Amino acid sequence: MDRLIYTAMTGAKQVAEQQTTVAHNLANVGTGGFRAQIDAFRAMPVPGGEKPTRAQVQSSTVAADFTPGAIQQTGRVLDLALPGAGWLSVLGTDGREAYTRSGSLKLGPDGALLTQSGLPVLGEGGPLNLPADVELLIGRDGTISALQPGVSPAVAEQIGRLKLVNPPQAGLARGDDGLFRLRSGADAEADPAVMIESGALEGSNVSVVDAMVRMIDLGRQFDTQMSLLKHADGNASKADQVLSLN
Amino acid sequence: MLRSLWVAKTGLEAQQAQMDVITNNIANVNTNGFKRSRAVFEDLLYQTVRQPGAPSSQQTQFPTGLQFGTGVKPVATERLHTQGNLMQTGNSKDIAIDGKGFFQVQMPDGTVGYTRDGSFHVDNQGQLVTSSGYLLLPQITVPADAQVLTVSRSGQVSVTVQGTPAAQELGTLQLASFINPAGLEARGENLYYETGASGAPIVNDPGTNGLGQLSQGFVEAANVNVVEEMVNMVQAQRAYELNSKAVTASDQMLQKIAQL
Repeated sequence: MDRLIYTAMTGAKQVAEQQTTVAHNLANVGTGGFRAQIDAFRAMPVPGGEKPTRAQVQSSTVAADFTPGAIQQTGRVLDLALPGAGWLSVLGTDGREAYTRSGSLKLGPDGALLTQSGLPVLGEGGPLNLPADVELLIGRDGTISALQPGVSPAVAEQIGRLKLVNPPQAGLARGDDGLFRLRSGADAEADPAVMIESGALEGSNVSVVDAMVRMIDLGRQFDTQMSLLKHADGNASKADQVLSLN
Repeated sequence: MLRSLWVAKTGLEAQQAQMDVITNNIANVNTNGFKRSRAVFEDLLYQTVRQPGAPSSQQTQFPTGLQFGTGVKPVATERLHTQGNLMQTGNSKDIAIDGKGFFQVQMPDGTVGYTRDGSFHVDNQGQLVTSSGYLLLPQITVPADAQVLTVSRSGQVSVTVQGTPAAQELGTLQLASFINPAGLEARGENLYYETGASGAPIVNDPGTNGLGQLSQGFVEAANVNVVEEMVNMVQAQRAYELNSKAVTASDQMLQKIAQL
């Protein structure tokens, strides 16, 4: 009895946990620059002296889905989208460089360029500070320049350049704060080939079709485990009847 | 119980917040000087149950980790201070700002409010006031026998009085700008207040230091784009539905357990 019931139990438990990933992806269907979580099951054989029938299951989040999300025009200068591969660099609360594709930026009271959650956005020489009372322009290569309005001919003064990086995807891991960092613990090199678009935002890359199908799939798998548990229960009660004397 | 139930709950709440912001934008589509808002979302903390690379035995490691996301949170409702359309009204006390800046308004409690709504009126003492009756700063008093009120592009207010050929100068309107206008606090009545996030106001004459110029006889319409709001609403509604499906699926799983 123990083999079947405990194997089915691990199945049901891990399926229920993976439903969390699906719900998390669906909850973040409107989060700018969000990368969907990918999960998978893994067989965990239980070695023993008997026949190798017991393989329990373990769920794991393998990686993030790095396909780009839909780009939406907003017309705001400090909305940045990356049309191709690449990341914006921000300074995480742990003091380490972290990477995000959520490009809705704001200015702090002292002119510091910040993400919506208040993390400083990094330029090639560290955090960026923008002057007041200027027209900002952000070029395709991340160069930020300022135009003094009313001054003619318009002279664009270069303020800095966003640190845009494109490390190999396999080397990126999602931190507990949802930002990506290099697994090696180092900072990525700035990549001049990364392009940026000002006045646009990238949406979430969660495919609702995939998520819904996955949810149904997991729901049915869960049902299967439940009926296996019922069978195990039925078998056990039949065995009890055989053993009973009257 | 199930984590997925709580995660789906955060998704429902986020979409609800999105709907609140959209409906406020649509409700204010005809409010002079209104600036639309946008809800910004972020994924919540991740719970790392197992780190990738954790040892699975003395010699081997787990190749993948196990990380549960815990949902989504609205991180900001960001106000978008883009220019609204200028609509001609022909009223000499309607003044629109063409560019950056805010009119300053003296509040009854002594503080200064800031507004983009330039449809002004004259009170019983001849002073220029907002639609709510708050005094415009710097104070402008229009004499009772004034015939034509003129506001120049750079803010000089003058009137002509019957029998006097020369225009009489009443004062100059000044505008305030902020390094981060999105950080201003909105308190209704088309008014904004300075906060720690907005920075201190920088007051100058219109048309100088990056400030906009004034257009007399115009009001600034709301910068709400109705089509965009409708598309956002469709998206919010469907996302809400999908998250409620996640609640249903989790509920059905719990039901199956209870039926064992």
